[in-house]
Amino acid sequence: MVLKAFFPTCCTSADSGLLVGRWVPEQNSAVVLAVVHFPFIPIQVKELLAQVQQASQVGLAVVGTWCHRQQESEESLGHFLEGLGTIFSHNPWLQLCRERGSKFWSCKATHHQGPGIAGVSREDHVILIFYDQRKVLLSYLHPPTILPDGQARDATASSEGLAAIFDTVSRSEVLFCKDQFDEGPVRLSHWQSEGVEASIFMELAKQASGPVCLLVTCLLSLVSAASACRLWKLWPLPFIASKLSTCEQLHHRLEHLTLVFSTQKAQSPAQLMRKANMLVSMLLDVALGLTLLSWLHSNNRIGQLADALIPMADHVAEELQHLLQWLMGAPAGLKMNRALDQVLGRFFLYHIHLWISYIHLMSPFIERILWHVGLSACLGLTVALSILSDILALLTFHIYCFYVYGARLYCLKICGLSSLWRLFRGKKWNVLRQRVDSCSYDLDQLFIGTLLFTILVFLLPTTALYYLVFTLLRLLVVTVQGLIHLLVDLINSLPLYSLGLRLCRPYRLADKPSALQ
Amino acid sequence: MEDERIFSDICGGRLALQRRYYSSFCREFCVSCPRLSLRSLTSVTCTVWLVAYGLFTLCENSTILSAAIFITVLGLLGYLHFVKIDQETLLIIDSLGIQMTSSYASGKENTTFIEMDKVKDIVINEAIYMQKVIYYLCILLKDPREPQKISQVVPVFQSAKPRLDCLIEVYKSCQEVLAHQKATTTRS
Repeated sequence: MVLKAFFPTCCTSADSGLLVGRWVPEQNSAVVLAVVHFPFIPIQVKELLAQVQQASQVGLAVVGTWCHRQQESEESLGHFLEGLGTIFSHNPWLQLCRERGSKFWSCKATHHQGPGIAGVSREDHVILIFYDQRKVLLSYLHPPTILPDGQARDATASSEGLAAIFDTVSRSEVLFCKDQFDEGPVRLSHWQSEGVEASIFMELAKQASGPVCLLVTCLLSLVSAASACRLWKLWPLPFIASKLSTCEQLHHRLEHLTLVFSTQKAQSPAQLMRKANMLVSMLLDVALGLTLLSWLHSNNRIGQLADALIPMADHVAEELQHLLQWLMGAPAGLKMNRALDQVLGRFFLYHIHLWISYIHLMSPFIERILWHVGLSACLGLTVALSILSDILALLTFHIYCFYVYGARLYCLKICGLSSLWRLFRGKKWNVLRQRVDSCSYDLDQLFIGTLLFTILVFLLPTTALYYLVFTLLRLLVVTVQGLIHLLVDLINSLPLYSLGLRLCRPYRLADKPSALQ
Repeated sequence: MEDERIFSDICGGRLALQRRYYSSFCREFCVSCPRLSLRSLTSVTCTVWLVAYGLFTLCENSTILSAAIFITVLGLLGYLHFVKIDQETLLIIDSLGIQMTSSYASGKENTTFIEMDKVKDIVINEAIYMQKVIYYLCILLKDPREPQKISQVVPVFQSAKPRLDCLIEVYKSCQEVLAHQKATTTRS
């Protein structure tokens, strides 16, 4: 295989010195991490490398020399650098050389055959590949270096192919901690040698995050302890809580908050991304909720809304009454059974009358209730939307009741019809064997059964029509509620942080090299 | 070493293939498609504007005309940035990998890199494309854990669609590089 040398772009203008890096024998490649400048003492360089190797478990060594010279005539430097090859012996030994100000590079790699054959060395072709150290180091999705069962961290076992190169650079972070302003025995050149890169906000946030997380975790534990107390287990509170989507959404949000502000650090990049996504979506939620709040509380919108609510409920009830009158007549030209029709129609009309009285009873308090409910939008837009969905469910409760009555009647009718149909044919349902068996009936059983069957069949269109109409109405309400829930789920689960990273800093999401130039 | 030859694509349009041999293990092939022709651009613009003028005489609303201009400009920019590919390049480096670059007319470049470990072979395949049967060059990928199975087929020069003579040139060069790579792998 051809020998590949990975060279960092930040070192192309560095002064002459030694190349420090790692040799990957499976890929036949050398990854250069930094350049050590003159003057240096070889013992100190070896000590530094041993320190870094212990801290990072990466097999570092001096892999060659780097010569960046003014013009052709500096031969002494060349000889000096060749002499260094005997002090730091490494097989193969790289020699990179560049004229200052020109684009011409020369790369040589020499293999020493072994002791006894002095002076004979094999030269290979070398491919020089430049890599951006900063971007490689900052990308998130490396192969995980910590094995879950805590066994020995073998450097080469888990990485394949070019991912091994990424891995080497990212694990040698401790080598990049010193910059040129530090007083140390050895002078290095790498991507942070101009000064360690950090942002004040990030550092402050990191320092502040510890106590903030503790505080929020305490508060949240108090809240969850309060919500877990025995008072809430009294029936019918759990039943109501399970039906209301607001409680579910609040529960969700509490879970998210607990996860984000937990005092444990994230174990893997995937968990970190999940936490960051949750935090960003919660912040967006609260921001949108506050916008909604400010919009609602300006211009007396709440009053207008409350004023419009009662006439709207009245209007809906009126439309339902018209619908029932239509059904009690001859709907769509079908001829209904008069008596049953009148009974069902009057029953439902009485219900609507009760409902309208109830709404009128509540009307003085509507504005107050709406105002307080509007305040809950500061917890987030999702909570406000869940409350809206619950209010819709409460206001259309009568449609739900009608649907339940219609469905029950229809269900009873169908059960009766199927059973009597079997009787009509002389069969019976065997509950033990879960199948249809033949059965011999008495004459009076057959007579009454057939009579009832005929009655039910002729009453079928009426019941079926009521059932159909009220199911469609209920479906309409459920669709609207479903759309609101869809919006809530979208806000809850959209990974905004990852999307933002993809748009603004795509190199952070890389797990393998993307382009050669 | 660099040379350029003229070929044609499956519809009869003119293509230019540029080959650069950097060394025995590093080669680059660049296929350039014909540029956006003035004739087609003028005809599309005239059609859109005539339709807009017709709507304007019906509706007497001048926003239709400004909307038509806006749509034409945006459509042209979108076409140049997302659809029109000017050049497709294949760079093959022994023991490192294969890189495919598409550069659009607006200057945008889209690159895909495949490591050499994943490449099983480069072949010319036949496909039924609308009413034609065409040849295309593709890279066969293998899963490193199961070297005998082919996990994916990646076609190359998809928007240029050169004919068989151009593909044969590229195929022969690539096979030389792959053979060289296999020889050195078995030796080392």
